[in-house]
Amino acid sequence: MAGFLARRLINYVALIVVATSLAYMLAASALDPRSNYEARRPPPPPAVVDARLDELNLNNKTPVFQRYLRWSWSVLHGDFGKTTVGDPVNADLARRAGVTLRLILVGLIVGSVAGVLGGALAAVWQYGWFDRLTTAASFLVLAVPTVVLANMLIIGAVWFNDLVGAQIFLVSGETTPGLEGGFLRGAADRAQHLLLPTLSLSLGLIAVYSRYQRNMMLDVLGADFVRTARAKGLRRSTALTKHALRTALIPAVTYFAFTFGALIVGTTFTEKIFGWHGLGEQLINSIFTNDVNTVAAISCLAAFGVLVAALASDLMQAALDPRVRVG
Amino acid sequence: MSDPTHPGAPVLEVADLSVTFGSGPSAVRAVRGLNYEVRPGEVLGIVGESGSGKSVASMAVMGLLPPHARVSGSVKLLGTELLGASDKRLAAFRGRTISMVFQDPLSALTPVYRVGDQIAEALTVHQDLTRAEARKRAVELLDLVGIPHPAERATAFPHEFSGGMRQRAVIAMAIANDPDVIICDEPTTALDVTIQAQVLDVLRKAQRETGAAIVMITHDLGVVAGFVDRVLVMYAGRPVEIGSVDEVYYHPLMPYTMGLLGSVPRLDQGERGRLTPIDGNPPSPAALPPGCPFEPRCRLAVPECRLAEPPLRPVRHSRHLAACIRAGEIERGVVTTVPKLPEIPEEGEERPPRESRRVVLGVEDLVKHYPLTRGAVFKRRVGTVEAVAGVSFDLREGETLGLVGESGCGKTTTLMEILKLARPQGGRVVVLGRDISGLVAADRMSVRRDMQVVFQDPMSSLDPRMTVYDILAEPLRAHRVREPGPRVRDLLRLVGLEPEHAARYPQDFSGGQRQRIGIARALALEPRLVVLDEPVSALDVSIQAGVINLLEELKARLGLSYLFVAHDLSVVRHIADRVAVMYLGRIAEVGQVDRVYDTPMHPYTQALLSAVPLPDPVVERARRRILLEGDLPSPADPPSGCRFRTRCPLYKAIGETERLRCVHEEPRVRPMGGDHGAACHYAESLDVV
Repeated sequence: MAGFLARRLINYVALIVVATSLAYMLAASALDPRSNYEARRPPPPPAVVDARLDELNLNNKTPVFQRYLRWSWSVLHGDFGKTTVGDPVNADLARRAGVTLRLILVGLIVGSVAGVLGGALAAVWQYGWFDRLTTAASFLVLAVPTVVLANMLIIGAVWFNDLVGAQIFLVSGETTPGLEGGFLRGAADRAQHLLLPTLSLSLGLIAVYSRYQRNMMLDVLGADFVRTARAKGLRRSTALTKHALRTALIPAVTYFAFTFGALIVGTTFTEKIFGWHGLGEQLINSIFTNDVNTVAAISCLAAFGVLVAALASDLMQAALDPRVRVG
Repeated sequence: MSDPTHPGAPVLEVADLSVTFGSGPSAVRAVRGLNYEVRPGEVLGIVGESGSGKSVASMAVMGLLPPHARVSGSVKLLGTELLGASDKRLAAFRGRTISMVFQDPLSALTPVYRVGDQIAEALTVHQDLTRAEARKRAVELLDLVGIPHPAERATAFPHEFSGGMRQRAVIAMAIANDPDVIICDEPTTALDVTIQAQVLDVLRKAQRETGAAIVMITHDLGVVAGFVDRVLVMYAGRPVEIGSVDEVYYHPLMPYTMGLLGSVPRLDQGERGRLTPIDGNPPSPAALPPGCPFEPRCRLAVPECRLAEPPLRPVRHSRHLAACIRAGEIERGVVTTVPKLPEIPEEGEERPPRESRRVVLGVEDLVKHYPLTRGAVFKRRVGTVEAVAGVSFDLREGETLGLVGESGCGKTTTLMEILKLARPQGGRVVVLGRDISGLVAADRMSVRRDMQVVFQDPMSSLDPRMTVYDILAEPLRAHRVREPGPRVRDLLRLVGLEPEHAARYPQDFSGGQRQRIGIARALALEPRLVVLDEPVSALDVSIQAGVINLLEELKARLGLSYLFVAHDLSVVRHIADRVAVMYLGRIAEVGQVDRVYDTPMHPYTQALLSAVPLPDPVVERARRRILLEGDLPSPADPPSGCRFRTRCPLYKAIGETERLRCVHEEPRVRPMGGDHGAACHYAESLDVV
C-alpha cells in the first residue's frame, strides 16, 4: 500500500509540474501586463515601465523561457511572485483559498449527502412520485444556468426576508462588516451568509449526484446479494441500506471526491454573485488585469486540488471496496 | 396422502400458487396453479426447463418477488399463511424457518463484507447473540460446510473465495438457524461437476444436521435422480407430473416427462443412438396455446387435447399424478412416445481404420502463457499464467474429438490458439496439412475457408442487426462466392429451418434455432473441419438433443471433422469418437470415447466421470463418488511435477517413495493400449460409471 501511494504521489507531482508550467507559459505569452501601464494617462516613460516589469518578472522583452526559469526558481522556494500592482501573490491567494474552501466544503457535504439520499430513494421508489419529482427537479436545475439560479435564490430570499420582516438570509459577503457581539453571534452571522451560496452550489451538485446515485442504486437493487440478505431474514429496508446502498456508494463516493478538485476554481459565478472573494473570482479578475503570476499560481492550486481529490478518491475507493485492496 | 417414508405433518404446503407479471393482454402468467407439500426430512425436486416458472415459484414462496408481481394462492409454513404477510412478519421466517440457496454463488454474497460477518449476520438477525458468539458460530458453520481453515477464511472477502467455496458459504448461511425448509434454486448449475459433487455432498450433510425438508429446483435430471425423494415436473407454469423419483423416471406418465428423459444424453450409454428431442419450443408464457400447453409439441396429441387444459390427477395411485388426458393409456402401455427417428446415414462399416485416415488437425506441445501483471500506474510482470502448457492431440478425417475439462483447464484457450492461425508461443499446430506458423495472409484466408467455428452463446454470436440471409451470405461474400441466394436457402434447409426465414432477424428465433443458424453459417463455405465451442451448453435439454442430432447428421452427411469443446461429459460421450481430458493446461487422458469412459486410467478422469450425476435413480443411489478435495490450483502457480497431485486420490493412497516421482517428475501422456493414453505415473483402470 505504501509503495502504491508513493508511486501515485510521484506521478501526481510530475503532473502538477507539467500542468503549472504549461499554464505559466500560456499566461506569460498571452497576457500583456505592459498594456496596464500604457493605458495610463499620461503613460509612464518606457524605461520606468521596463524597470517595474523587470522587477515583477513580467517584462515581455525578456524571453518567456528566461522568465519561466526565474519564476520556477522562486516557486521552488515557495514564492509565487507578485501581482501586477506589486502585492505578494501568496498572501492574497492564501486568504482566498480559505474563502473558497469554506464555501465549497459545506456545499460539497450538503450536496453529496442530499444527492446520495435523494438518488437512493428515487431508485428504491423507481417510477413513483418521488422519483418523478426528483428527476424533473434535477433536469430543471441542470438546465438553468448558475447565474439565473443564484439570482432567483436572491430574489426569493429577499422576498422571504420582507415577508417575515427579519434578515434571515444575508445575500452578500462572508460576514457582516463591523459586527458586534460574541462568538455565537459571529457564527450565526456566518451561517446566515453561507445559506444562499451553499444552496446555490449544492443544488447543482444534488442534481448531478442524485442522477448518478440513482443509476448506481438501480444496478444493485436487483443484485443477488440483496436477495440473499433478505433471504437471511433482513427486512427490505435494512437489506437496502446495509447491503445495496453500501455497495452502490463505492463508485459514487469516488466520483464525488473527484468533483471537489474541479470545484476549487469552478465556483466563479457563485462567488461573484454572492460577493465571496474566492479563487474563482480572482482567476477571472487576474486574467482581466493581465496578472500572469496570479493566473499561474491559481492554475497550480487547481492542479493540486484535482490531484489531491484524485488521491482522496483512490484512497476512499480502497477503504470502501475490499476488492481493490489486494494487489 | 400420507407418506410412508416421511411421516409427520407437512412443513411447507403450497396450494394453487399463481404469479402474474404485468396486467391486461400483455400479462405474463409465470406460475399457474402450483401445488405441493414437503414433510420434515423429505427432498422434493422441482424439474423444468427455462421459463417453466420453477424459480419464480420459489421466490414467491420466500416472498422475495418484486412488488409488481401479483401472487395468489396459499403458502403455508408450519401452518402459518405466508402470502400477504407483511415484510416484517416474513423477515422473521426467512432465514430462520425457511431459507434459500441460490443459483449463482459469485453474485450471491455482498462484495464489501467479510464472509464470516455475512454468516454472523444471518445469526444475529434471528438470535440474541453477541458479536463474538455469532462470529464463533459462523466459523463452526464454515467448518461444517467443509471450508478448510475456517477461522482464517471467515475474515476473507467473497472475491477471495472460489465459486464452490462461495456456494458453501451460502449453504452455511442457509442452515445457520436450523431451518425447517431449505429451498435450493439450481444450487450447482454454475459450478463444475467435481465442485457440484462436493456441494451436493455438503447439502446432504446439511440436511442430516438440520433434518430440514429440501425443495431442490433444477433443470438437471441427473442431479435430481440421486438427491430427491419425489419429483415435480413443471411445464409452462404448471406442474404436469408429480410422483416418487423412481416412478417418474422409470414409469413416466406425461409425454413431456418422457420427452425430457429421452432427450438427455447419458454418460453410461455408449451406443451411438439418436437422442429423442422434443419437437418445437416451449410456449411463451404470454401466449399459451389453448388446451394442454404441451399439445403442440406432443407426439401423442389427439384433437381433444386442444379443448381444455388437463388437470393434474392421480393415475397409478394417489401419489403419482399427471396432467394428461392419455395418462391412463400410457400407464396401461397402450401408447408410447417412441418416435420414428430419421436414420443417420451409416458411416462405420466402410470407414477406413483411423491410422490410415489423414490428420486434419494436429497439435503438438502447444503453449500459451499469459503475463500476470500488477499495478495500475506502472504495470510490472509478477508471474505467468500457464493457460496451455504443452498440449498435443490429433484429429483425423471424419472424426469428432471432444476436448473436455472444467473451467480454467485451458480448453477454450487451446481452441482460440488454433483459430488464431498465427505462430503459437510454443509448439506446432497443423491444420489440414499446413503448419499455421508459416502462413501468409492469403494462405490464412484459404485455411479459414476449410476451418469454421460455432460459438457457445447463440444469443450474442449473431449480429442482431443483420438478417439471417446476410449472416449466412457474409462468409460467402467474404470468399467471393457470387449469387449466395441458392446456397443460403440450401443451408437453411440443411439445418432444419425454413428458407422463408432468411428475411428475419436473429431475435425472431429461439435459442435452439439461433444455434442452428450459427451452424449454418459455419457450414456455408463447406469446411472440412468445424470447431465447436460449447455449442449446446446454453440450450435446454429438449432443444439441445435436436442440435446434437443435427450435428451428428451433418457430420455423417458432409464428411466433417469436429473439434468439440465442452464441459458436459455426457454430451461428449454421445457425440465424440475420441476424447481428450484436460487439467490445468495439460492433457490428462486421451483416447477412444468408450475406452476412456468405460476404463478411465487417469485419477482425474476417474473423479470427473464419477462426479457426473446420471439420470437414473437406482444406479445413481448405488454409485460410489470420488470426491476431489479443494479447488483447481491457480494456473499462475501450478504444483510441481504432476499438476493433479494436490487433489489426487491416488497420490494419497500410494507410499512416500512413490510420491516423490509425482512431486518431481511431470508425467507425459503414456500409451495405455491402442491410442489410449494417460498422463499418470501410476495409472490403473477403475470402473466409475
